[in-house]
Amino acid sequence: MTLSSANPISKAIAPPSDDKRWRIVNVTMRRLGYSPSALIETLHAVQKSFGYLDEPAMRYVARSLHVPLSKVYGVATFYSHFRLKPEGLHTCVVCLGTACYIKGSAKLLAAAEQCGRIRAAETTADGKMSLLTARCVGACGIAPAVVFDGLVLGGLTPEATKERIEAWLK
Amino acid sequence: MSEQRNHDNYPARVDSADDLGIMAETERTRQQQFKNRVFVCMGTACQSCGSADVLAALKKAAEAGGDETSCLVSKGGCQGNCAAAPLVSLQPQDRLYQHVKSEDAQVLINSISDQSVVAKELVCDNKAPFFEKQKRVVTEFRGLIDPERVEEYIAVGGFEPLMRAVSEMTPEQVIQEMRKSGLRGRGGAGYPTGLKWSTVAKSPGAHRYVICNADEGDPGAFMNRSVLEDYPFRVLEGMIIAAYAVGADHGYVYVRAEYPLAVERVEAALKSIRKIGLLGNNIGGTKFSFDAEVRLGAGAFVCGEETALISSIEGGRGLPRPRPPYPAESGLWGCPTLINNVETYANVPVIMQRGADWYSAIGTEKCKGTKTFALSGRVKNTGLVEVPLGTTLQEVIFDIGGGVPDGHAFKAVQTGGPAGGCIPATLLDTPIDYESLQALGSFMGSGGMIVMDDTSCMVDVAKFFMQFCMSESCGKCVPCRVGTVHLHDMLDRMTKGESSMEELEMMESLCDMVKDTSLCGLGQGAPNPVVSTLKFFRGEYLAHILNHNCPAGVCAPVGEDLRRPACAL
Amino acid sequence: MCARGRRSAEACMRVVTLTINGHDVSGRDDETVLDVSRAHEIEIPTLCQLDGISAWGGCRLCLVEIEGKPKLQPACTTVVSEDMVILTESAKLKSYRKMIIEMLFTEGNHICSVCVSNGNCELQHMAQSLGVDHVRLPYLYPKREVDATHERFVFDGNRCILCTRCVRVCDEVEGAHTWDIQGRGINSKLITDLGTPWGESTSCTSCGKCVEACPTGALFEKGKGAGEMTKEPQFLSYLAEMKKAKESE
Repeated sequence: MTLSSANPISKAIAPPSDDKRWRIVNVTMRRLGYSPSALIETLHAVQKSFGYLDEPAMRYVARSLHVPLSKVYGVATFYSHFRLKPEGLHTCVVCLGTACYIKGSAKLLAAAEQCGRIRAAETTADGKMSLLTARCVGACGIAPAVVFDGLVLGGLTPEATKERIEAWLK
Repeated sequence: MSEQRNHDNYPARVDSADDLGIMAETERTRQQQFKNRVFVCMGTACQSCGSADVLAALKKAAEAGGDETSCLVSKGGCQGNCAAAPLVSLQPQDRLYQHVKSEDAQVLINSISDQSVVAKELVCDNKAPFFEKQKRVVTEFRGLIDPERVEEYIAVGGFEPLMRAVSEMTPEQVIQEMRKSGLRGRGGAGYPTGLKWSTVAKSPGAHRYVICNADEGDPGAFMNRSVLEDYPFRVLEGMIIAAYAVGADHGYVYVRAEYPLAVERVEAALKSIRKIGLLGNNIGGTKFSFDAEVRLGAGAFVCGEETALISSIEGGRGLPRPRPPYPAESGLWGCPTLINNVETYANVPVIMQRGADWYSAIGTEKCKGTKTFALSGRVKNTGLVEVPLGTTLQEVIFDIGGGVPDGHAFKAVQTGGPAGGCIPATLLDTPIDYESLQALGSFMGSGGMIVMDDTSCMVDVAKFFMQFCMSESCGKCVPCRVGTVHLHDMLDRMTKGESSMEELEMMESLCDMVKDTSLCGLGQGAPNPVVSTLKFFRGEYLAHILNHNCPAGVCAPVGEDLRRPACAL
Repeated sequence: MCARGRRSAEACMRVVTLTINGHDVSGRDDETVLDVSRAHEIEIPTLCQLDGISAWGGCRLCLVEIEGKPKLQPACTTVVSEDMVILTESAKLKSYRKMIIEMLFTEGNHICSVCVSNGNCELQHMAQSLGVDHVRLPYLYPKREVDATHERFVFDGNRCILCTRCVRVCDEVEGAHTWDIQGRGINSKLITDLGTPWGESTSCTSCGKCVEACPTGALFEKGKGAGEMTKEPQFLSYLAEMKKAKESE
């Protein structure tokens, strides 16, 4: 076990790469004064820009905000929204909120799992689709709802769900 | 008085009541240029049915139209009956069109001069009980103002209460008015709002904070989302009045990440009002300064609990803290903090405007005012409804909701989310208020109301809620972290016909223990759906345990043994 | 809090009298029910509490009945007040405390006979003193890992009760904050840095405070055999007192 050679309180820490998307992350941290309380907002910015949180990103955020590594990891894994692995090309989110559940969303999930041959919270081997579940997307009036790449669709049937997924996986 | 005007001829800043009046007048004049107005609901439900395309199509058709059909096509708010999405409202004719598609745009524009051109299926009866039986206070604008333009909100009287409060009233007078109104927290617990404000105002500290809890995590609840998307300025106005009353200098609107439209609307609204001086330094030209920002949730139901929410804003895991001390005394960064729900703040401007006496005349003796409810599940008219507290469940579900469709029988209504309970048909005449629901082992909660019929299995429903609590448990305290797992497993065994009467007894005992010893409302409320369904539907549990069958046909088809799944051969 | 200065701050603190289990006792109004009880040799069971670090309020063993309060209150975080009437023992409290211990046994994989802390374990002692002789809930048999990558210490997740004493000690006393919790609910897991092996940690100073703070055999010194690990966390309250004295200079 060795102590890191990098000084955790060094000035002007460089982002993990030259990728221009780091600017968005830096703007967020600066706007919130590089305060440790900016952690969640910053992780949101990283995920929005890069799609997920990888190790170099978490180290960079930890150093910049002076938050311990384990705290960053603890926060990143506490909240369902954050992903530590890249998502598939397409995302299918099945709502399992009460109203949707009552109207049969469990069957939609089963259909999606069967179609993609994966379980919820997994990504297909070819990276084409990630299947997720949500606790409630707030569209209870049109239950059961599924979100396909950010588009909320309601009143779905297992067949309609399968159709859309099959189109993605072709 | 601010003499500067911006390029639209509106005053650049609102530094006095006069400025506000000028802005209102300018906007009204602008609106009067158009004889008619068309509002397209842009709520999440309507958008998912294509209302954005409908809006574009209507705008195009309106441009091409003549003088007779001159109209202003705008984004609008929720009309309430989400099952008929997308919804379009025509004013001043007060006509409501449903299931509108882009192709219908031209016909709708033409209908301004000739009502008969519209097909019957597109016309929604907006005098039906669903609409007439509601009392709109929080949603008084009925979605008929553009949620993205502060000028429209000002034109209907918005921010007048704020101006009056900060320039003519003392903070104590504002608190007094809130106490008199009898408003109780709309997040679920129903704590007297005026009392909470008073406690925060009196708590010593150099800084005070105001937080708007928009982490509506109850599955089946979408009232806060709707109010925040449709009336962001109103909610913010309530927050700013609260900040003035308690002496806060900074505020946060904590919105769950699953509501991107609400986040967008609030951020835009904050920008708009900051620009015209109704947020930031010297609000309305007075010495009062207060600013606010949005903080995103990240997918944790427990963050709806106020101390967990505070932990989240502080940048950490959403872990609740022991109370006392309560946030009013020691909250965000140890400072006195006021946390109220979206709907609580949405009620503030109207109370300040029409007076506490007017407000307290609505509702019952102990529960004043109205409440929005998200009616969903096995009911004809799903959507957002607002009724005075004290209205019975019968009235909401059957008169307004239209009852259970497809010839099924009403079985139960679940209120209060995962901490709530199920109420059976025999108790439909229960008035909806904090105390009455609690007496039945349920809970008002934030307003989710899910109707179940004979196709729902109550054991399965209890399991569903326990599964939710188990996966949302923060893990800090033993009873909730481990107890919900055991309760879930027991319920699961019951649905599979693998349980016993001994296990049922153990489960009931465990429910008491988890409820009494958990650290926060999540754990304390987790056993409620179980206790409640056991109370009213014990027969179903016994059928699963002793007869190995599911009367509703959910855990296995009716008549089939739960223990023997369909043969794989 | 008085703004006027330290000496005035002390003068602002008042002594209050209250009743615990029928006995009249006195305490300072900034002390907790647990502080006052212990000062009067009234034992209240705890597992997540440790003198010298902040209170957590997670194990729920220290819940007591307070007159006038419908809900049970945790003794470790509840501050005493004048005329408070407290009951620390009752049939209900005993039953709940037993259930908490039983839950803990089902949550991990606690096999005392092969454990380094056998005979010197706070979980074991608690079970014995509460009279837990069998577990009425099914064992969950989770799959938990052992991290032996550190050159001096081992973390065995099977024995962890998620009391977070190690997390708090490392954060508050050592200042390294090497430990934290990954995930939430039943999937909570103790981790170092970015969920990386303890031996590769860039923050750990190998001070060993976490090992001393751990109530079970989850954290232990390499080279100890079954029953050989004894822990001495008393130095933590000494450190806290010295720090407090220094700060009030």
